[in-house]
Amino acid sequence: MLLEVNELCQRFGNSDILKDINLEVERGETFVIVGPTGSGKTTLLRLIGLLDKPASGTIRFGGREVPDSARARLELRRRIAIVFQRPAVFNATVYDNVAYGLRVRKEKRASLRNKVARALETVGLSGYEKRDAQTLSGGETQRVALARAMVFEPELLLLDEPTANLDPVYISNVERLISQIIRDLDTTVIMSTHDMFQGQRLADRIGVIISGEMLQTSDPREIFSRPQSRSLAEFVGSENILRGVIASNEDGIVTIDTDGIPLEAISNLDPGSEVYACIRPEEVILAPAKDLTSARNTFPGEVSHIVLFGPLARVEIDCGFPLVALITKKSAEEMGLQTGSCIYAYFKATGVHIIER
Amino acid sequence: MSELADAFVTALKLIFTGDPEVMAVAARTLGISCSATFFAALISIPIACLIHFNHFKGKGTLISILQTFYAIPTVLVGLLVFIIFSRAGPLGGLGILFTPQVMVIGQVVLISPLMTGLTVSALSGVRPEIRDTAVSLGAGRLQMARTVLVEAKYATLTAVLIGFGRAISEVGLAIMVGGNIRGFTRTLTTAMSLETSMGNIELSMALGIILLSLALIVIIIPSWIQQRSSRVQQR
Repeated sequence: MLLEVNELCQRFGNSDILKDINLEVERGETFVIVGPTGSGKTTLLRLIGLLDKPASGTIRFGGREVPDSARARLELRRRIAIVFQRPAVFNATVYDNVAYGLRVRKEKRASLRNKVARALETVGLSGYEKRDAQTLSGGETQRVALARAMVFEPELLLLDEPTANLDPVYISNVERLISQIIRDLDTTVIMSTHDMFQGQRLADRIGVIISGEMLQTSDPREIFSRPQSRSLAEFVGSENILRGVIASNEDGIVTIDTDGIPLEAISNLDPGSEVYACIRPEEVILAPAKDLTSARNTFPGEVSHIVLFGPLARVEIDCGFPLVALITKKSAEEMGLQTGSCIYAYFKATGVHIIER
Repeated sequence: MSELADAFVTALKLIFTGDPEVMAVAARTLGISCSATFFAALISIPIACLIHFNHFKGKGTLISILQTFYAIPTVLVGLLVFIIFSRAGPLGGLGILFTPQVMVIGQVVLISPLMTGLTVSALSGVRPEIRDTAVSLGAGRLQMARTVLVEAKYATLTAVLIGFGRAISEVGLAIMVGGNIRGFTRTLTTAMSLETSMGNIELSMALGIILLSLALIVIIIPSWIQQRSSRVQQR
């Protein structure tokens, strides 16, 4: 275990920025912290990077608790690199910027030159050595920051929202670069992002942090399909979240009473349990007429709103409760859907994810 | 009006014929003020770093006090240094009152608070991200301080130059602790003061022009370097 974080809290003034964060990251793992802006991601990375000291809680690095003395902290910090969300470059050449980490470690000149050249090549900035770092574009600056962090081969690489300030065209570029660095350097990476999908693309494991609390850590797929709390469900895009009470349970098929409307789902919870039923919009099927299907939940309704984006259509339906379906634009056209159309909405019992309240 | 023009012509003559006494006074003035600036920078910059990079109680008050000292009258510093280095004073045993050395010391006392305060401002002007970046890349405290200081190099240089400007232009301190001894502690400002009171306007004016030129050269060279390097950056 490279990193163990225990009951970590951070407080600025009277407000708790981080509350009881627990986290373990294995050597070689890529762990992505996902959360909305202001959720405490940067604060957590600054604590892990030993830039700040926590209000309470412990961090163990390589099995050893992070010490208090400045000298020992510096020694540990030199095994970690951080790339900030808005990287600042020193008022110097690209070469001097990338060489910085090696110089403070008193690297010999010959190997320093080789390492800088290799790092610049990795990020695709060979030939930029003599350029003034402050004249670079946002994407180039980000790449200098990555080169500067990887050049001393840190055991732990921390990336704070590495693509948040980039134009969309550069994002996939930098993402590709990050995957390449992860592969080449064979290092442990902790990255933060507000983009759930980016987390899914790059992570071995994801932790979701909302309002300073780590709500769930698991593999990327599970976070989407089985969020463990209502705010998490909202964050990962379960747009249909209904409050209800389990009315009955027959062999693991439960009926949930949501304001008089019964839903069927799979669960082992006992009747009387208070729950949220979450249905992802892409799990909802629409049909113009009532058909016999295997789906356990069928509701007649009226289309109240349609929004097209790209090849998809987001259809809001009033079934006595609001339900959002995500279908292809083509299907919507073939069915002639428009505001006011009467249709049937279907979803399977297995498409309903239940969260205990 | 014609008197003034005559004075100006005489002044230029004195300068371009290289009058040995005038040149000696100019060289001494430059020597004393440059030494004072050097030693003041040697003291002020590390102290400014200590103040800027540490959090302690009373930091704001300390900076306010420093800023108050920007405006300290030169005669007050002169008096203080005089008392300390006079025969009966605590450092009277050194016997350096009315020497160039004590003038350097006085100027150091005069300009150090100014230089320290302005250097603290210079360091505060560097974005905090630079400090974080240095630390995150493995810099120790000294290495980090050095990096931030390098980022603030032009503003720090300005602080040093302003200190130099105050040192070379002051007269009260130089007279009180230097004594305006001909060939020994006479500087451009003290000489001007004396010559003017004796009615030698031409000589005084010549000294004034030299003083202004010296100050101008010392101030202009660094800012010329700065402009050149920023132009290179823009390219």
